Amino acid sequence: MSGTSADEIRKHVKVYVMVFVALMVLTVATVGVSYLELTIPLAILVALVVATIKGSLVARYFMHLVGEKKAVTWSLVLTAVFFCVLMFIPLFAMLDHTGQ
Amino acid sequence: MDTVATLDHSHADHEHKASWWRTYVFSVDHKVIGIQYAITALVFLLLGFILMMIMRWQIAYPGQPIPWIGQFLGDANAPGGIMLPEFYNQLGAMHGTIMVFLGVVPLAVGGFGNYVMPLQIGAPDMAFPRLNMASYWSYFVGGVVMLLSFFAQGGAANSGWTSYAPLSIIATSGQTWWLFGMVFLITSSLLGSVNFIVTIIQLRAPGLTFMRLPFFVWTQLVTGFLLLLAFPPLESAAVLQLMDRLAGTSFFMPSGLVVSGEALDVSGGGNPLLWQHLFWFLAHPEVYVLILPALGITAEIIANNTRKPLWGYRVMVYSLIFLGFMSFIVWAHHMFLTGMGTAISAFFQTTTMIISIPSVVILSALFISLYGGSIRFTTPMLFALAFMPMFGIGGLTGLPLAFSLPDLHLHDTYYVIGHFHYVVAPGTIFALFGGIYYWFPKATGRKMNDLLGRIHFWGTFVCMNGIFLPMLIQGLAGMNRRMYDGAAQYQHTQGVLVWNETIFHFAVAMAVFQLFFIVNFFWSMKKGAKVTSDNPWKATTLEWATPTPPPHGNFVTPPEVHRGPYEYSVPGAVQDFTPQNERR
Amino acid sequence: MEIPYTVEDREDTGLNNVKLGIWLFLASEVMLFGGLFSSYVLLRVGAETWPVGASILSVPIATFNTVVLIASSVTMVMAWASLKMNDFGKFKLYLGSTVGLAVLFLCVKAYEYADKFSHDLYPAESTFLAIYFTVTGLHALHIVGGIVVNGYFVGPGSKMWKTAPEQFTNRIEAAGLYWHFVDLVWIFLFPVLYLL
Repeated sequence: MSGTSADEIRKHVKVYVMVFVALMVLTVATVGVSYLELTIPLAILVALVVATIKGSLVARYFMHLVGEKKAVTWSLVLTAVFFCVLMFIPLFAMLDHTGQ
Repeated sequence: MDTVATLDHSHADHEHKASWWRTYVFSVDHKVIGIQYAITALVFLLLGFILMMIMRWQIAYPGQPIPWIGQFLGDANAPGGIMLPEFYNQLGAMHGTIMVFLGVVPLAVGGFGNYVMPLQIGAPDMAFPRLNMASYWSYFVGGVVMLLSFFAQGGAANSGWTSYAPLSIIATSGQTWWLFGMVFLITSSLLGSVNFIVTIIQLRAPGLTFMRLPFFVWTQLVTGFLLLLAFPPLESAAVLQLMDRLAGTSFFMPSGLVVSGEALDVSGGGNPLLWQHLFWFLAHPEVYVLILPALGITAEIIANNTRKPLWGYRVMVYSLIFLGFMSFIVWAHHMFLTGMGTAISAFFQTTTMIISIPSVVILSALFISLYGGSIRFTTPMLFALAFMPMFGIGGLTGLPLAFSLPDLHLHDTYYVIGHFHYVVAPGTIFALFGGIYYWFPKATGRKMNDLLGRIHFWGTFVCMNGIFLPMLIQGLAGMNRRMYDGAAQYQHTQGVLVWNETIFHFAVAMAVFQLFFIVNFFWSMKKGAKVTSDNPWKATTLEWATPTPPPHGNFVTPPEVHRGPYEYSVPGAVQDFTPQNERR
Repeated sequence: MEIPYTVEDREDTGLNNVKLGIWLFLASEVMLFGGLFSSYVLLRVGAETWPVGASILSVPIATFNTVVLIASSVTMVMAWASLKMNDFGKFKLYLGSTVGLAVLFLCVKAYEYADKFSHDLYPAESTFLAIYFTVTGLHALHIVGGIVVNGYFVGPGSKMWKTAPEQFTNRIEAAGLYWHFVDLVWIFLFPVLYLL
């Protein structure tokens, strides 16, 4: 990012601190929720949603993903698609198993 | 347009002469690294070929002492020169591993990709030259590990190149060597693919837009993405298998497994199919890694030797991209017999049928490119011309395998072996041979001998068909693969056993014809007819605009591109070809 | 011979080689951990019983470690920001803190592992422990890699700030992207292994 000036960086620093606080809050929240003894499917959903929010904050603000160039974003979109394929298709294959 | 074949002397003045080690062994120059990959890969191809010869002899004459080399194989492998089934299994697993991971891909991607691609895009080198060197040496170490595994206790890996669990978990120590070897090879591949993609995106010469790229460069770009995204799950699977073998975990070990009458002392709860999913998630895109560079090389040779642009360049590029994407969602057609339900089987049948479409489009475009062409039957062109119908047979024979119903009969038979060898052997390897004859003059300044080249071509072409066509017949009769006695003990195969000897004879003949290539390759380096121009084939792409051989930094002056890659026989032009970098 | 666009951005892609390269590498890492996450899903769905993470693992310790790693991500991005604001002293402080926090994370992890081993809870015991040790172990190896790289940049590698400041800043940005990714993986690992 050879174009950002020192002033812009100072504004970013404020954001970094706010993101850190948000991540701390979400960490406490996700641990807290785990003590609520939700049903497994709901617990998984909540945990993944919170993790996704935290991950998005890291990606967007620390890794500067917003406004990143096309070659990078499209490579990551492609990766995300294949990641989902790897996550779900073997699972479907296992669930659609013949026999017991 | 010939360039002045002088080196940039001001550049040479700055650097003192590098040592022999830095120039030829630990070089960061993509051309040296490309040649290193190519020579190493050719040696591995020869080695894999020799393993196959021993196997085919055993299949043709099961239980008989192996002539000449039988005495040297040791009592653990072949007591009295008679091959043990355990040794046959090692040969089978390592033939596949060596050919795919140490031979074809390193030659097609590491060799041709490294040498030709930066030249074709007008770059001075790869984006990360030191990373490039690291990729080669990681491959080399992986290769050494694989070879050393033959001397491990119990010999080399013997659970097929596919290393299916649970057999691979309880297999002898050679399997552990295989896994470590794969880690080195995968690392090499990942570093290389990052390098290739960044180089193609970032280091194209001014004026070289994506739609002006030679088709070969497009194939290397898509191949780079296949390697980048498909290999890591196999790396994680290799880690899991290492854990199962070394730490006693049960990632792939099901509960209640009994081996030789004894229940295994493991926690169980694992899933052998998990290995298959992770393995084939890589191994299917891997077969496209095997074919795409070959399609690229064939396209270059055809355009050059028809003196015409490729037909349907744009369609070919879009098909290539679509093919690359689809290759990630077809893998379980290798798993139709694992008990998958009808829904998921239908999904994979459908995606597999869809992926045949871009394949056919690209092959058709290559065929149509011949129409109306002024064909020069140079040695590279012979290989490119033969590639097309051979790849066609390979592709067509894949269709029955794509449907789960006929696959019930054909899975794990010699039909499968015939199918994929047609694609890789008279398919990819023919294109690679063609590429060697084609680019040899650029790399060495000398042409390979034509007569030897044609003998090599015709002999190999006939023998390839003599070896693999009978396999299709044997497979249709239900002959199983991976049987150390060539399925001699089964009643249903008795009628097709006769082909085993035929196949062996053609294999021997094919070995003899490769001698013409090997002798030609080394002899021509020193004594071949010198080329009188930097562009002896009168080609349009940028690699022919360098001095011969290209110096460090490749181009005397950085090229600028003004037109597409295949401006042959342009009406009104002075010559029947216009190089990409020639000014308007 | 200079490779173009190593430091300065190429006009049409808007990227320099290092940035594109590190993102592609991270894409491959997503697939690497993806393979392990996929294995976790398959093994858990196929298992007759699966322990709740908290019954075997210590949630408070891992929560502490999560805070440590997230903090190290903040110090990492602050290290890069300090370079952009031309403050080399702050850069060293922040990057040094990143390394320190990373070492702390590993120490806590080592304590966790030792605690498990002392109760005879090895990877071979169950598929839960197998996947726990393997995926956190691979993650820890990535932390070690980060410590080596960042340690180099705090130490001998920092000399480049004097000779090629822009290139050095790019390298820190790349190292930062890698480090944030390692943090990102843990953000998913922690709830999946410990809380579900």
